[in-house]
Amino acid sequence: MNILIYLVPIALALGLTGLFAFLWSLRAGQYDDLDGAAVRALLDDDLES
Amino acid sequence: MSTDLSMFVRRDGPLAQMIIAVEGVNCAGCIRKIENGLKQVPGIVDARVNFSNRRLAVQWRTGEIEAGDVMHALEEIGYRGHPFETANAEAEESRHAKWLLRCLAVAGFAAMNIMLLSVSVWSGNAADITQETRDFFHWLSALIALPAAAYAGQPFFQSAWRAVRVRQVNMDVPISLGVILAIGLSLVETANHAQHAYFDSAVMLLFFLLCGRYFDHAMRQRTRAVAGNLAALKAEMAHRFDGSELVLVPAAALRPGDRVLVRPGDRVPADGVVIGGTSDIDESLVTGETARRSIGAGATVYAGSVNFSGTLTLKVTAAGDATLIDEIERLLEKAVVAKSRYVRLADRAARLYAPVVHTAAALTAAGWLLAGASLHDSIVIAISVLIITCPCALALAIPAVQVVASGALFRAGLIVNSGDAIERMAECDLVIFDKTGTLTLPESRVRNRADVPGELLECAARLALSSRHPLAAAVAREAVQKRPFDGAVEEPGRGVRAMVEGVEARLGSPEFSGLSTSKIATPDCSATSIIAFRHGDRHAVFAVSQMLRPDAAAAVRELKALGLELAILSGDRAGAVAPVADALGIARWRAGLKPADKIALIEEMAVQGWRVLMVGDGINDAPSLAAAHASVSPISAAHITQAQADAVFLGERLRPVVEVVTIARRARRLMRGNLLLAALYNAIAVPIAVAGLVTPLIAAAAMSGSSILVTLNALRAGPSVPARREPSTVAADLSGASA
Repeated sequence: MNILIYLVPIALALGLTGLFAFLWSLRAGQYDDLDGAAVRALLDDDLES
Repeated sequence: MSTDLSMFVRRDGPLAQMIIAVEGVNCAGCIRKIENGLKQVPGIVDARVNFSNRRLAVQWRTGEIEAGDVMHALEEIGYRGHPFETANAEAEESRHAKWLLRCLAVAGFAAMNIMLLSVSVWSGNAADITQETRDFFHWLSALIALPAAAYAGQPFFQSAWRAVRVRQVNMDVPISLGVILAIGLSLVETANHAQHAYFDSAVMLLFFLLCGRYFDHAMRQRTRAVAGNLAALKAEMAHRFDGSELVLVPAAALRPGDRVLVRPGDRVPADGVVIGGTSDIDESLVTGETARRSIGAGATVYAGSVNFSGTLTLKVTAAGDATLIDEIERLLEKAVVAKSRYVRLADRAARLYAPVVHTAAALTAAGWLLAGASLHDSIVIAISVLIITCPCALALAIPAVQVVASGALFRAGLIVNSGDAIERMAECDLVIFDKTGTLTLPESRVRNRADVPGELLECAARLALSSRHPLAAAVAREAVQKRPFDGAVEEPGRGVRAMVEGVEARLGSPEFSGLSTSKIATPDCSATSIIAFRHGDRHAVFAVSQMLRPDAAAAVRELKALGLELAILSGDRAGAVAPVADALGIARWRAGLKPADKIALIEEMAVQGWRVLMVGDGINDAPSLAAAHASVSPISAAHITQAQADAVFLGERLRPVVEVVTIARRARRLMRGNLLLAALYNAIAVPIAVAGLVTPLIAAAAMSGSSILVTLNALRAGPSVPARREPSTVAADLSGASA
């Protein structure tokens, strides 16, 4: 069962990464305008016209 | 004339920022049009539309342009905007929502990781896990669970502590106790190398409950954002004298001592004393009285009254100086204190539940001790009883229904203010209506439109668009094409005229329109005013008065069919109330009531055992709304009144009042059904726990199973007919209501 020595920290680190990524995105205001994100995908501002 | 919007602008060094509630943003195209259009204006640094709450944040360099220019630029792009001041309550809510979301994320992370370890232990227990590995996994679970529960449990611990400190029990007390005991027991068991630990149950419980809390909160936040935009849209502007110069300022920026000019057709922006001019004012929003009052210098006027005929100069007085508002605030305070005694259904359930469960756990421990089990085993079994009865389903039973029901109400055009409003509304058996502005439309309408030829009415209505007079506004409402005639001239106090198809058209007083007064039939009621129209040799006389909401009769019939008693309490004269009561078939009515009389009557009804649902809009209704068991007000209601109402309905129909009762009743049925489900679940689970047969696996399965069951049941509180109304439709109603 020595494999646990690697696997458990890896599992925890992955989980924590996910948690911190979420908290960061929350702080960055990515959830402030959920409907807007949906419709903004339709804009083609990034295209050269 | 300049506009002073400085109260909405937040300055940050060389930059200034303003939030604007924008009307008519419906698609991606609007976002691009507004953002790109504004960014091209020199001086504007950034413009960003928030599509969820229809608000626009603009940033610009001070000195280059002013707030007024931004509003102007927005108007040129083709959108109407209203400067928005974030109310403290809304900012507080949004902070709280983020906090709940952070707690939810932590609990979710912890629950998933602990479950990973728990499943390994469970399957290992069935196979060949060594004790060392199991202990290692348990300690690891503890390492995750302890900080996670300490952080994510805060909303529950804080609320429970607040309740316990005043010697009360709410739902959070058994929740907190359950979580703390489950973790404490698991720690002891882990130290003793035992087979079972309940870390996963404790954290999963927190996760499920936080889901419920968060959704409840998010729903309320969404409706509050719409309400905030409405407030911005309704915000009145006032003409303030700065020295001898007139400046347009938001009414909220007025301070006692300011002098303001109120033109005919304007709403009085603040309470004050007349220092110049004479006029007739319509105080129906203040007192419910539909007949107009003549006022001159020295008279006191209240915010919300409509100035009819002459231009007035007011000196703004502090809130405490106006006797009527003073009395209303005093009555309000009393009424609000009386109402806070209401105990929510969830707390009532908790008061019943907590002692029963805690006694059951104590009896279990005592029983096992007497039966010869060791002290350690008895306590472990007793705590497992607490864990399995952990009020997961019970605590979700009510918020889940509330979320779905407030969503259904929102789609029906109702904004719910308080969380426990739904259950209170469901209990009502007597609906008391105010008359003016509630049963009747908030503004006057043309009563005899059917007697006037269509194209003549259209011509008059389009001419009326050029006038600011309230009577003309009623005629203007009939216009099919909202296009005023070119070159229309308004003669203040008399009327408006324009050349239409080469012939002069005049709308105004009978003399102004050149009609001899003998030709005009005197109106049948003193609250009816007349306005005359002449186009060449054709003429018409419009009778303008308060009219019933278009579906008032139908709504009243439906309310009666639901088994509700109805009554009217009005501040207006008996002569004006009787015909309305008659037309709607409402037998109980009282007229000429002061705010204190209304409250006294409502309290009397409450003593007789009635649960009163008060529907009202006037400032004089605010205390009655607070005193009633539940209350609803139309969106046209005065500020102070809306703040007291449990729900606010949009549009000019009365139908939402019926909707409130049906949806609230369905919601209460489901809440009770959910509480019953939770009780049933406990009836099955508790004997198993008392017998000492519960394992962490059973606890986890039972907890998720019952929560899902309760949540699914709650979904039935949604609309029976899937008539989905997008927020944009609601917004359209709003602009319709304000136009």
